[in-house]
Amino acid sequence: MVTLVLAVGIGAVAITPSTVARVIGHHLVGVPEVATWTPAHDSIVWQVRLPRVLLGATVGAGLAVCGVALQAMVRNLLADPYLLGVTSGASTGAAAAILFGLGAGLGENALSASAFGGALAASLAVFVVARAGGRITSLRLLMSGVAVGYALYAATSFLIFASGSAEGARSVLFWLLGSLGLARWSVPLAVVVVVVCLTVGALLLWSRRLDALAIGDETAHTLGVRPTRFRVQLLVVVSLCVGAVVAASGGIGFVGLVIPHVARRFVGAAHRRAVPVAALVGAIFLVWADVAARVALQPRELPIGIITALVGAPFLLMLVRRFHASG
Amino acid sequence: MITAENVSFAYDDAVVLNGVRVTAAPGRVVGLIGPNGSGKTTLLRTLYASLEPRAGLVSLDHAPIGSYTPREVARRLAVVVQEGSGELPLTVSELVLLGRAPHLSTFQRQSREDYAIAAAALSRVGTRHLAERVFSGLSGGEKQRVLIARALAQQADHLLLDEPTNHLDIRYQHEVLQLVRALDVATVIVLHDLNLAARYCDELVLLDGGTVAAAGTPDEVLRPEVLEPVYRIGVQRVPTDDGVQLLFRPLEQGEHREPADGSGPA
Repeated sequence: MVTLVLAVGIGAVAITPSTVARVIGHHLVGVPEVATWTPAHDSIVWQVRLPRVLLGATVGAGLAVCGVALQAMVRNLLADPYLLGVTSGASTGAAAAILFGLGAGLGENALSASAFGGALAASLAVFVVARAGGRITSLRLLMSGVAVGYALYAATSFLIFASGSAEGARSVLFWLLGSLGLARWSVPLAVVVVVVCLTVGALLLWSRRLDALAIGDETAHTLGVRPTRFRVQLLVVVSLCVGAVVAASGGIGFVGLVIPHVARRFVGAAHRRAVPVAALVGAIFLVWADVAARVALQPRELPIGIITALVGAPFLLMLVRRFHASG
Repeated sequence: MITAENVSFAYDDAVVLNGVRVTAAPGRVVGLIGPNGSGKTTLLRTLYASLEPRAGLVSLDHAPIGSYTPREVARRLAVVVQEGSGELPLTVSELVLLGRAPHLSTFQRQSREDYAIAAAALSRVGTRHLAERVFSGLSGGEKQRVLIARALAQQADHLLLDEPTNHLDIRYQHEVLQLVRALDVATVIVLHDLNLAARYCDELVLLDGGTVAAAGTPDEVLRPEVLEPVYRIGVQRVPTDDGVQLLFRPLEQGEHREPADGSGPA
């Protein structure tokens, strides 16, 4: 809450936390307007920054819990939500929308919708490739994720090449780096919030199964969990969640990779605690990363992916060093 | 009661089990012995429905094991298998608590009682002091005992163990098997050490190339004429104050299948 109010206040136009609180209070529960703030402040807080902060928190939480789930599922601490090819699928969809007007019939939501469609198609493809032969193993999943990811990366590059539009290529690139700049009170925002909340809920209910699956298929089986079926359920939930997140914010990297480790550092690996803490830490982290993106080079805005990578990459190096040290 | 009747299994075309039968009645400890690759672990995996037999039937308390849901199976049957523990730093107590998972619905949280059961299981195998340690940082013997504690926390009437004495020093080998003996549940245990099998099992099933080469009491199975053709090693039974002990020596070329009399060239 504190993060939310502070982060709404910080930006090109600084607004005091108390004003922010009053504006939000006014809109939410109708705290009477005493006109201590200007209409400009009102619209900055309510129309621009609040949806943006809300989206940031949601995206951060969603990516972090999906990272937790995937790391448990493939038993690899370097797994991240984009491993399922979701980002590459979404970017192909987004490139098609930006460069060729795919889904123009959907009006202002065309970009989100085609990115979401691309994300789902990609995870479906990963899933089908990984499933060939009846069983889905972690290794096969990783490999088909990489394969599908590269194929779609090629497709995106081809779309950029074929369009021959420098301006279009620039906006695709910007989108790929991730941004919360598209946040408005809109249907896509509502969709993301709902999907992420449902995902966190599902993963919490499944926390014991996640523990068991993280140990191994055989162990999961002896504890009454069908490993293959559970993996499919997880894949569906995670793909939907990451698809919705990426459609709303582009490919924000490192959050899903790094935040799970931070959460486990705080509360241990058991998913009953790791999932909610990852959600919280992810939300807070991304909101502040967005603040940094907004104010670092004012009045220009950095793509948020640059900030998360700046924080995430050194962290990853530390992780590698620690692994190396411990064996 | 857990029973396998005429169970066969093959990985693709390679037949691993062929018409094997084994039964563990309540309170009985049945040992699976046999050379490497004779199908012991595969048989064990069919017993806990991790593998589905090509032919034959595995039944648990007189019903086909396939007729239970996985969770129902896990409430009746605990398994101690060795598996890489993954990379997640789960603690020992978290791991043992997972043994309670089959008894809890998706929406239920572990109760105070579940914690007490898990703590008692840890104490029983002498690993209470390890509770807050990270599992992957334990020694092989400590890991083995913690896995047994998780199986105990499941409070099942059937227990399957795949070489539980692996990585254990001699004292813990005996401690673990004494513990298993004292549990009074239907137990099937894969063992390599035939002297341990002799001491702690009520019945033995000797597997050779996926078929049952011999079955019966340890005294009936652990005889040179039975073991030598299967293991291709010289076997000598030595009576001691503490029952019969088996001694082994390599066979000379051309000596196969001949009963050892202890006087052959060593």
